[in-house]
Amino acid sequence: MQVNGLRGRAAIVGVVDAASPTGELELTGRALEVDMISKALDDAGLTIADVDGVTHTSSSMMLAEHLGIHPTFTDSTSTGGSSFEVHVEHAAAAIAAGLCEVVIGVYASTPRSDRKRPRGGAGRGGPPGGMGASPMAEWEMPYGLQAPKGAYALSASRHMAQYGTTSEQLAQIAVSTREWATMNPEARFQDPITIQDVLDSPMQASPLHLLDCCLVTDGAGAFVMTTAERAKDLKKPPVYVLGAGTCHDHMMISQMPDFGTTPGVQSGKKAFGLAGVKPGDVDLLMGYDSFTITALLHLEDLGFCEKGEGGPFVEDGKIGPGGSLPMNTNGGGLSYTHPGMYGMFLITEATKQLRGECGPRQVEGAEIAVAHGSGMVLSCMSTIVLGTEASL
Amino acid sequence: MSDTTTNESAKPTRFEPPVSEASQPFWDATREERFLIQWCTACDQVVFYPRENCPSCLGTSFEWKQASGKGTVYASSVQHRAANPLMANRVPYVVAMVELEEGIRIMSNVIDCAPDDVVVGQAVQLTWEPLSDGRNLPQFSPLQEG
Repeated sequence: MQVNGLRGRAAIVGVVDAASPTGELELTGRALEVDMISKALDDAGLTIADVDGVTHTSSSMMLAEHLGIHPTFTDSTSTGGSSFEVHVEHAAAAIAAGLCEVVIGVYASTPRSDRKRPRGGAGRGGPPGGMGASPMAEWEMPYGLQAPKGAYALSASRHMAQYGTTSEQLAQIAVSTREWATMNPEARFQDPITIQDVLDSPMQASPLHLLDCCLVTDGAGAFVMTTAERAKDLKKPPVYVLGAGTCHDHMMISQMPDFGTTPGVQSGKKAFGLAGVKPGDVDLLMGYDSFTITALLHLEDLGFCEKGEGGPFVEDGKIGPGGSLPMNTNGGGLSYTHPGMYGMFLITEATKQLRGECGPRQVEGAEIAVAHGSGMVLSCMSTIVLGTEASL
Repeated sequence: MSDTTTNESAKPTRFEPPVSEASQPFWDATREERFLIQWCTACDQVVFYPRENCPSCLGTSFEWKQASGKGTVYASSVQHRAANPLMANRVPYVVAMVELEEGIRIMSNVIDCAPDDVVVGQAVQLTWEPLSDGRNLPQFSPLQEG
């Protein structure tokens, strides 16, 4: 077992997430965030008074002020959808270094119900066209690429041309993910679909069809982390951070070095190395599925199969229920929920699976899970390896 | 489109790119339908998009070289929905990454052909679409033989 400053030093001890089959939630904005934080702390058997570390994607300072706490660890890193994996990584390092003891992370976004709210609600997003002179305005926006799906479509077109990946193989990812969603009563879509359904759904940005694309739903979640020592005495079995790694190699899609390979190669190598585990040891992969191509790239770049072999790899349904590599067991961003920055739900589902709390979709005997977030347009990958007590 | 007078009443027909200080020479040259590439004189590396420092050596000394205008489609996607209202009357249209002979990759549109006919690896050549302020926007069309 490898000895380093991170492995097994911090644990996730409380989680919660919220979504609904209607795609909408009652609460919004800060109220929804605080509801999530309270429930995650309750899940851990801790209170807000225990918290001395705060993470948030826009302002950890505004959140702390709202909560009336004075944290000694604060992190407002925003890397898009992978922000929450980065927050777990930073919190684990801070806890291991003794900077703080109890860290919270939270996310709430209600793009679906915001459509009904008079002033755009409290959800994400500013006014369209609010971008001044920027490289994106200068070198991408004039050409009319749909954001963000067009960026993923370009990656998919490259992968298909380079490796022979087919639309049917991409569709299989949506089909397997929907199979998991049939066992999640909170999922937005719970009816099984076929490869033909995906291929028959309207083309959005070729080669991606509507059912290759994630949902737009309300959703929220939170996590609580603390030291390995303190974790032992709390309500639920600790889920330890075994390894973590992050890498970004571009911001704009037009600057991606290789459209068929993500910086998950680097983030995964770092995280697996610190954890001392190999892809073959992983019982559950929670891999950010903003689009079918996103999930396929993770399988290759994290080393679950060779580069270019992602298509054939998924063909037999091995990422679905009963398969050898359960992936996105909550139904993923494709079928469960996708409020814009989905990374929080990778962490909550991985934690619940490792605690054995997932009912009909429980992966039996799961000891090691990977939460792999993708931020912006395949730009920032962040990989967290999680494990049970037995994995230490 | 070598008309040097700016038609102030012309309305943009698509989102028009702002001009940054670093890219001013690029956009100025488009008025004469010339595609200039920024080149770092310190490490002899091509730089795209134009910026204040070379991303290879952080150098600040540049020259501008004219591109041949020939390239290859690196990745391509047909947009079946408009990215913004100004693009609505162009649907379906192709957004592609084009690799120029000089080794840079730029986003652009491939025009003058059926959208579904554009494939990765296809040879394309530079063409221009006039903007409302006298500048021109780089576009690409299938390479004509001979």
